[in-house]
Amino acid sequence: MTAATRSGQRLGAIARQRELGLLVILVVLGAAVTLRAPQFLTIANLSQVSVLASVTAVAALGEALVILTRNVDLSVEATIGIVAYVVAVTLESHTFSAPVAILFGIGLGLLLGIVNGVLVAFLRVPSIVATLGTLSVFRGIDYFIAGSHQVPLAGLPEGFTDPARSDVFGVPVFVLVTVILVAIGTVILRSTRFGRQVYAVGSNPEAAAILGIPSRRVVFTAFAACGALAGLAGVMWVMEFGTINGTAATGAVLAIVAAAVVGGVNIFGGSGTLAGAALGALFLGFVANALPLIGLSQFYLQAIYGAVILAAVAADALILRRLQRSRTRRSGR
Amino acid sequence: MTAVTTSATPRFGWTRSLARWETLLVVALLGLIVLGNALSPFFLTAGNFANLIAALMEVAIMALPMTLIVIAGEIDLSVESAAGLASALLGFLWMSHVPLPIAILIVLAVGALGGLLNGLLIARGGLPSLVVTLGTLALFRGLALIVLGPIGVSDFPEAFTAVGFGHVPGTVIPWPFVIFLVLAVVLAVVLHRTWIGRHIYAIGKNSGAARYSGVRVARVKVGLFMLSGLIAALAGIILTSRLSSARADAAQGMTLTVVTVVLLGGVNIFGGSGSIPGVVLAVIAVAVMQNALRLASVTVEVQSIALGLLLILSVVIPTSAHRAKSAIERVRGGRPPPPDSVPRGEQRIPSVEEEPS
Amino acid sequence: MLMFAACSGGGATTAPGGSGAAPSTAGGSAAAAKITVGYLPKDIVNQYFAAAKTGVDKAAAETGGTVKQVGPNEAKADLQIPFINDLTTQKVSAIIVSADGKDEVAPALKAAMAAGIKVVGFDSSPAVGAYNVFVNQVDFSGVGVNLADWACELAPSCTGDIAILSAAATATNQNAWIDLMKTTLATDKYKGLKLVDTVYGDDDATKSTQQAQTLLTKYPNLKVIVAPTTVGILAAAQVVKQAGKSDSIKVTGLGFPNDMKPFVKDGTSPVFGLWSVPDLGYLSFYVAQKLVSGEITGKEGETFTVKGLNNDKPYTIGKDGVVILGPAFRFDKTNVDNFNF
Repeated sequence: MTAATRSGQRLGAIARQRELGLLVILVVLGAAVTLRAPQFLTIANLSQVSVLASVTAVAALGEALVILTRNVDLSVEATIGIVAYVVAVTLESHTFSAPVAILFGIGLGLLLGIVNGVLVAFLRVPSIVATLGTLSVFRGIDYFIAGSHQVPLAGLPEGFTDPARSDVFGVPVFVLVTVILVAIGTVILRSTRFGRQVYAVGSNPEAAAILGIPSRRVVFTAFAACGALAGLAGVMWVMEFGTINGTAATGAVLAIVAAAVVGGVNIFGGSGTLAGAALGALFLGFVANALPLIGLSQFYLQAIYGAVILAAVAADALILRRLQRSRTRRSGR
Repeated sequence: MTAVTTSATPRFGWTRSLARWETLLVVALLGLIVLGNALSPFFLTAGNFANLIAALMEVAIMALPMTLIVIAGEIDLSVESAAGLASALLGFLWMSHVPLPIAILIVLAVGALGGLLNGLLIARGGLPSLVVTLGTLALFRGLALIVLGPIGVSDFPEAFTAVGFGHVPGTVIPWPFVIFLVLAVVLAVVLHRTWIGRHIYAIGKNSGAARYSGVRVARVKVGLFMLSGLIAALAGIILTSRLSSARADAAQGMTLTVVTVVLLGGVNIFGGSGSIPGVVLAVIAVAVMQNALRLASVTVEVQSIALGLLLILSVVIPTSAHRAKSAIERVRGGRPPPPDSVPRGEQRIPSVEEEPS
Repeated sequence: MLMFAACSGGGATTAPGGSGAAPSTAGGSAAAAKITVGYLPKDIVNQYFAAAKTGVDKAAAETGGTVKQVGPNEAKADLQIPFINDLTTQKVSAIIVSADGKDEVAPALKAAMAAGIKVVGFDSSPAVGAYNVFVNQVDFSGVGVNLADWACELAPSCTGDIAILSAAATATNQNAWIDLMKTTLATDKYKGLKLVDTVYGDDDATKSTQQAQTLLTKYPNLKVIVAPTTVGILAAAQVVKQAGKSDSIKVTGLGFPNDMKPFVKDGTSPVFGLWSVPDLGYLSFYVAQKLVSGEITGKEGETFTVKGLNNDKPYTIGKDGVVILGPAFRFDKTNVDNFNF
């Protein structure tokens, strides 16, 4: 396992290849699906797919950040759910205006992310245990405050859900939001101290500790950011689906983690890009959309998601092993 | 598991603190029973005992191999889907007029095969168990849906459904509880009294050192995941019998409870320590807690919160206790505390004989 | 807040008025005992069951009874069973249950009956033999015809592609309605309508939304979406409206008037239906009360009255212990504002 971390930079190269590879697969599969179902290649459908994928993508960006530090956040779906409900219900009761509710939603997500961050970074609970626990706790709170109440679309202020359906020069707003977040995140990861620390902590925690990198603070920040992004995804969820009850986003964590993994974010930490995670989300959304169009039952989706995750990690490991072998040979050992 | 932590690995004098942990569980259990009795006059009745046990038996059975896997430093998130696939497959085979005994054998074999897939990818492929079993969590559930679709199969013979719902004649002990006890005894003996168990602890404490001292790490791990798949399939069959219905969505969401029970039982999430008796106690404690909460009309959402908190606390408490202890040692002039994420290879290498049992 | 404001049509609850506290509401039966019922819906998240509970609560308030709501967060049979066992342990007088799986819950319900507890099924039936009386919300065949009629009415000159958005593929009541709708569609009057697809949204708002979006993409010539589920019809109406296709695609099915009011007015869903959900709960409680008091036993042919329901005419217990609440209401812009649930 430690061997994996040594090749962090090489894996960075893989991640870039992964992005290209995903794009190629998307185009090829898209062409194939269009042959069977011409409705696929319509502006209406493509924007629908990309808008839906954007919600997953925004959450997957946070997840990718956490995975880069060698952790995982399984509670994101509960964060999305609780934020979605709270935002919807505060809008319905006119407690907050739309902009305040959006900020409140992101803030609530941040708060929940901080809870995870404290548990993992400072109380030293392994992230899988901590977030499996908070998944249950957050969802329980969500059910508790929501009860059997459901906020209907009509309960939301006029125009609140418009961003999910409008575009700027032909680009859907949600896609634009995702692209901007990817750009900002990429700049931070590539060009700031924090960014380098994230990769350092993820690829080799021991070395990072020796170098005096404040790994706990880095991990904490990653979880907090993941929470805030999940909060934003929760707001987007409300805009996309309109009708919100306590069950919103149940089961979404699978697609979110899968998006990051498929997008080339290495689960061993230390390598991968945000653009990859976003592309991963687009890829999974594309598959979900294409299946019924080519006449395959929705029951295949779950199996395909599982197979895709396995294929992605297996591919990572294979490439990594080959790289190591060729390097070993070159260095004459 | 090693891939997803930056936290320090707590190292206790486990032989001693384990005993303490189990004592703590017994005390907690007694406390829960007193509380349950105060909350509801129906708590301490024989019929209620059967209820509280029956509702958690599939979880309990799956927790046994999970204990071994976590002790070996891995995790299996796919158990709930393996149980779901078993239920769906059993329904499909029964619908296709395969005789039930043969169908059950096929289902168990498929469960073991699924475990083999996990084991090979993890032990031979060197992939992290967290992601592999997250993948098979989706894959097995998807296969279950493909095999059976959204329908439920419920025309099983009485003799089959009696196992899941019936009691040992003349008692209120449900049959699945008997199966659980038998499995618990067998696995406890294997883990605590045989070389296999010693190898499992050795792998969990230090996989590299175990390999150098001749433990066939990959083979043991593959074996453990196969066992997990097999027993998850058994749990799926028992669930099908108890519900007298096979469905593709059976056992959904159970992994959380399985992992909670295992950690609450004192098994170290970083591997290397834990015991079957501890997990058995934890099973009973969780069953009693859920039942007491329900009888006291505490709603499910509060129960979900309680379960999540329990999971977190079962790690926070021992970890904090350990840190407090090492802080005290530091004040007394001991060595400086270990930095975060000390790699396995640098830790104290325990002798294989030094097992808690 | 989910109670009736005003009602029209048969079978609606009248305001409790002065008769509220009087035990005579129970159809002039012997002084009603104060019973404790366990109310066990499919799940406690769905607002359908919250609406039904308002009726249960109202009936309980009228008779001095107690209602204990228990139930899982998700509509799954294995999660429902422990609650049945607990209610049995607690020795409630009766259990009012909507089954998550008719066969799965049967053994536990039979054990409850053996312990002397009366079991009243409502909404979704447990297996025959695992309840004393099943209160059916509506005459199934009637709904099948209604759905076909509404689709015919909304499709231009009763021709074009239609699709069904259902709940779970396993839901017995959904499938019964869909089958009867198909039978109706096969008759000559509806030969212009072509049923192109049936999809399942599992009564989950997100899944139903995605399914409706897929229908729009997959079938460009779609004229009507029929969703015989309160979650599905709302999701479908929102999708159609947001796609800006309210003029060319219509949505009908079974929905809450409160949910659907905006869509009735903007023309997305001019016609739909439902029975009075609070009345369903109200009737279920009185059936439980009468079973406990011994006024009825659940045998075929027994009759009883519940004041304020069925125009005060008696209900008759039919085959397999089934009682039917009454016909479904038809909602459109002339009457939707009169309902509040």
